[in-house]
Amino acid sequence: MGEKNVCCNSLSRSLPGWAVAVSVVWGVASAHAGQADPLASVMWDSVHQEVLAGQPVVFDPAVRVITAARVENTMQVPIEVEVDDSVGPVSEIVVFADHNPIPRILTYRPLSARPRIGLSFKVQEATPIRAAARTADGVWHVGGQWADAAGGGCTTPSAGQRSRAWESHLNEATYHRWPRADGSERLQVSLIHPMDTGLAPGIPAFYLTRLVLRDQDGTPLAELLPAEPVAENPLFALDLRPAQPGKTVWRLEGGDSDGNLVAASLPPSPQEGGQ
Amino acid sequence: MNWRAAWAGLALLAMTVGRAHAEPPDPVRRDYHLTARQIADGSYVVEGSTEDFSRNNGGLMVNSAFIVTDEGVIVLDTGPSRLFGEQFHALIDRTSGGKPIVQVINSHLHPDHFLGNQAFAPETLTATAETIAGISAAGEDFTTNMYRLLGNWMLDTEPVVPKTVLQAHTAVVGGHRLHYLTLAGHSDSDVALFDETTGVLYAADLVFHDRTPTTPHADIAPWLAALEALEALKFKVVVPGHGPVAQDAGPLHQTADWLRWLDGTLRQAARQGLSEAEVFRLPIPERFAALSLTRAEFERSVVHLYPALLRGQLQPSATKVE
Ligand SMILES: [Zn+2]
Repeated sequence: MGEKNVCCNSLSRSLPGWAVAVSVVWGVASAHAGQADPLASVMWDSVHQEVLAGQPVVFDPAVRVITAARVENTMQVPIEVEVDDSVGPVSEIVVFADHNPIPRILTYRPLSARPRIGLSFKVQEATPIRAAARTADGVWHVGGQWADAAGGGCTTPSAGQRSRAWESHLNEATYHRWPRADGSERLQVSLIHPMDTGLAPGIPAFYLTRLVLRDQDGTPLAELLPAEPVAENPLFALDLRPAQPGKTVWRLEGGDSDGNLVAASLPPSPQEGGQ
Repeated sequence: MNWRAAWAGLALLAMTVGRAHAEPPDPVRRDYHLTARQIADGSYVVEGSTEDFSRNNGGLMVNSAFIVTDEGVIVLDTGPSRLFGEQFHALIDRTSGGKPIVQVINSHLHPDHFLGNQAFAPETLTATAETIAGISAAGEDFTTNMYRLLGNWMLDTEPVVPKTVLQAHTAVVGGHRLHYLTLAGHSDSDVALFDETTGVLYAADLVFHDRTPTTPHADIAPWLAALEALEALKFKVVVPGHGPVAQDAGPLHQTADWLRWLDGTLRQAARQGLSEAEVFRLPIPERFAALSLTRAEFERSVVHLYPALLRGQLQPSATKVE
């Protein structure tokens, strides 16, 4: 119960600050000042400044955000971000939600991986959910979708992980690797972590801050910088392009906001029917 | 066939074309415009639409039913709001000539089946122990959700938890031989009521008809087993929880067909490592085109059921380094 408003119950507190930001950045932020926000969000200018430092943006349908049209479990909102190859090489993808008091959800540096990621995050109310993909020219290509967090009639918000059972398993990883016909490799990897936002009374922020996936020889394959809104016990879907798909042992390294380390070895998974 | 049975058959025919003429709920006057359709001797259904909850329909997308016997009236499910409960109670009184309501059943824990409880005498309310626990735990959150979805229709609605525990049994009430069946699958406890005397099966949300089944608390294996148990009954009429009344097992087959497809599709997707949002976009077979809200309910079912299936594919990492 106590956890259910964890992400957004301080929204009203944070609104005045955002309103100030809006008035400051308007008109100087966008390289495409004439381009209106296709999601018509009153928070756009504010999050543009806060999450993307007001850098040049272009709204681009080649950046696709897929999420549930109607959110039922606000603690576990699934999202997939997919950037078309047509935009060119992408150095960084930032996923964010305008109406979250902590808008940034995650930063993904795909390195050699496909510019595509799946995960779940927390939200309390209807909000635009966006992804910004930065190309070599420094421009952020922004796509997004509104998620309606009105809930379903027959669901209730999950109570959240209030037991301390995770403590003895903190940062342990479970995973599976699926080599694909196109030479890429799908990784689903989950870590045990409460991902506390710090917005619930009496529970300080405690969340994973950095994850790097490395090939056997140490080559980084992809890098993730999660933020507080990522769902507890996060599960990430990545499409890697390793030199030898399905052959080498990967390592997942990183840590959380309290300095606890992540270090997991991810050998190739046994394949069903020799697939 | 006696005259009553013949008449019931006629009533059924009338009903299949009748729904289109029913006046829709009026959000301004807060009038659900409830009508009772007789489906057998002393047996009535208030049929909802196959839409989703909305401020236009006031949540009238669920079927409620009542049986008028010589010993009083038995009510199955009280609808989505206090207002519905009150208008439903008034309709029952008009139809029965004011006979006492002796039992109200909440078939399972979902809010469109119990939020009308306020309109009925507390001592008449019954549900299984699991459903009582479910309503106790989630009733307030359900009510909050329904206020968001239905607005004004929900005015003064509060969850009322039944106190009387309902168990599986058979009873003769006012000449109706009633089998109270405690099954599961749509939720962790689903009551179905089979009136052997009239041949009417009140299946509640174990059966959906031309409306995509919902799965927020579903467990598909026991649900399929429950559908088999229901089909073994020699019923003449089935009242689904959602969707039109039918005179054959078609709605049971339709529900089972969808559940089998859903389960198989999600398991296959998990074996392939798809993400939740990728599963959203999988094609839905043409044969389900007759079901309403297919895509939306499929998405919801992915959210309800897929994470556990996908996590079931994962194995622990080989080492953990401190
Ligand atoms: Zn239900």
